[in-house]
Amino acid sequence: MKSLWSLLVMPVLLPVVAVAQAEPLTDVEVIVNKANLVAYYQGDDGKATVNMTITDSKGQERNREFTILRKDVAEGGDQNYFVYFLKPADVRKMGFMVHKHTGEGKDDDRWLYLPSLDLVRRIAASDKRTSFVGSDFLYEDVSGRALHEDAHELVQTTDTSYVIKNVPRKPEAVEFSYYTVTIDRKTFVPMKMEYYDTNGRLYRTIESTEVKEIQGFPTVTKSVVKNLNTGSTTVMEFSGVQYNTKVGDIFTERYLRRPPREAIR
Amino acid sequence: MTYKTPARFLALLAFFCGMAAIGYGQEEEKPPSWWDTWELNGFYELRGGYRTRNDPFEKDMSIMETRLQLDATNYTDWADFKVKGDILGDLVLEEAEFDLREANIFTRPTDYMDLKIGRQILTWGTGDLIFINDLFPKDYQSFFIGRDTEYLKAPSDAGKVSFFNELANVDFVYTPQFDPDRFVTGERLSYWNGNMQSLAGRNAIVRTDKPDRWFRDDEFAVRVYKNIDNYEYALYGYWGYWKSPGGQTAGPVPQATFPDLNVYGASVRGNVGKGIGNIEFGYYESADDQSGTNPLVNNSELRFLVGYSQEIGRDFTAGVQYYVEHMINYGNYLESLPSGPARDRDRSLLTLRLTKLFLNQTLTCSVFTFWSPTDKDAYIRPNINYKVTDDMAVELGANIFFGDYPNTTFGQLENNSNIYTAIRYTF
Repeated sequence: MKSLWSLLVMPVLLPVVAVAQAEPLTDVEVIVNKANLVAYYQGDDGKATVNMTITDSKGQERNREFTILRKDVAEGGDQNYFVYFLKPADVRKMGFMVHKHTGEGKDDDRWLYLPSLDLVRRIAASDKRTSFVGSDFLYEDVSGRALHEDAHELVQTTDTSYVIKNVPRKPEAVEFSYYTVTIDRKTFVPMKMEYYDTNGRLYRTIESTEVKEIQGFPTVTKSVVKNLNTGSTTVMEFSGVQYNTKVGDIFTERYLRRPPREAIR
Repeated sequence: MTYKTPARFLALLAFFCGMAAIGYGQEEEKPPSWWDTWELNGFYELRGGYRTRNDPFEKDMSIMETRLQLDATNYTDWADFKVKGDILGDLVLEEAEFDLREANIFTRPTDYMDLKIGRQILTWGTGDLIFINDLFPKDYQSFFIGRDTEYLKAPSDAGKVSFFNELANVDFVYTPQFDPDRFVTGERLSYWNGNMQSLAGRNAIVRTDKPDRWFRDDEFAVRVYKNIDNYEYALYGYWGYWKSPGGQTAGPVPQATFPDLNVYGASVRGNVGKGIGNIEFGYYESADDQSGTNPLVNNSELRFLVGYSQEIGRDFTAGVQYYVEHMINYGNYLESLPSGPARDRDRSLLTLRLTKLFLNQTLTCSVFTFWSPTDKDAYIRPNINYKVTDDMAVELGANIFFGDYPNTTFGQLENNSNIYTAIRYTF
């Protein structure tokens, strides 16, 4: 739930769990776990084309377009992603592969394929709070933030949503002091995330601005992140969303160098 | 040089038209025909640079060129097609050139096999700008004068077949006619000429005696690799030739030669602490001079590399490598050396790469340094690249060589130190 992944790609997944949940849940760990499980581990895999528009404070726009694939390795455990860049032209056909590890203290494995050099490069980056492809989304927003990284508190329950406050267990490792997540009570889709700095000032928001039901799963098809410090905004739009595509084990060097056609077209 | 041979290009073109005809013939339905589905991309670039030192053998201009790269791709049910070529106007050599970078067909005939045939860029191995088991052609000339790093890899005319299975994956690459490196010839970069015992350049352009018979002077490379818990293990083999001159002919007008070379090696890459570590070695068997007694042929060597890279700050990565070339029959080398300074038994090299991104990753500042404590020389490659928009990038960089001696790998290039700038529009 904390991860944008849930907002973004996973949406795939959300089965309508809470159809008639008249009584609100009160145990924050239950809510968080449920949202996390619903967001991360529904379905076996997901696929989408992502269109990203980054607009800086001066109004200059940059665009990114890529196909993203996800496949769960183990229910509630590791996952594999594959990102295949379509735009801009200078990164076209570049491939990015992630083997995400949820075990404590275990870094993800990441590879990058540069087609003009036919080079498979292993990426040493371990800081997950760096920008993803130069956008306002962070790597961690896309690949997920493990639940055990934060302490959770249910601060508000409204007719439609739960509001959870998340305080990092290792504050020195992140740039925020805490963030809140507003979770839809019916679907468990995180609708809004708000990040506060050490002065308690709101400086970053992520909102799910469009949610559609796809293959029976509520799916975030548009999400907007705003960096209030820099005035920069990134809009991420999902199209061609599909779940349970039965994608095979393509998360290897072979398919990083040349992805299977059906996976990217 | 082969890249300028029109006959060869025409042959490839004819080959592709032939393939196109086959592809076209298969299309039953009218729209869209194979001809209509080509995607075209590329870039246009201006790049200019000057030497920072006076070089009596070369022009002051180190690079001055306009380049249009066109990259056309297409696919049918059974194959992907790619043709990529650069049209280059080169003011240093005062010539126009067409450099066909890729022209190949890729197909995946079964679940366990990939096949790519034609002109292609090939890379494997774990080093960062150091290659032990990657014996595909390099273009050091482009590298030293400040072209994009893409141009360090020269194309191969080859067939690559890959097999995938649980036990291990295997790549075979067959190059029917030897593809040498694009090495320093004196034409635009000065170098140490051992015969003249002096620096040389356009006054002594390297003449070569290159193996060039189709299907006889061929190259064969193999890689067997497997990923176990994200540690990537690989074994390599190569049967071919020294890629840059590895010897010379006897006689009053010596020609540089490419003696037989076989290479056997291995590598491992994976997580080490907070970063990525890699180890690679290769045994270079100089097959024409097993005992190391022939002064006209390179001796056999062991080459070893260990590297580590880690993120040391936000969008800030550092990589270090230690590399050594160890001559096997050093005693025989010393005894048979005709004249001039001898090399050390071990040539070691340390490299450091620092890369930092700024401005939402649109500004990349990097520096790559080679330093050899044995040769007492160094090569520094600073580069700043700024993406003004998604389509346009500007670049400023330099290639700086230092050396205590005029005959070492980088020391000989000292007068070629240069600074360059470029602007590129991508489409």
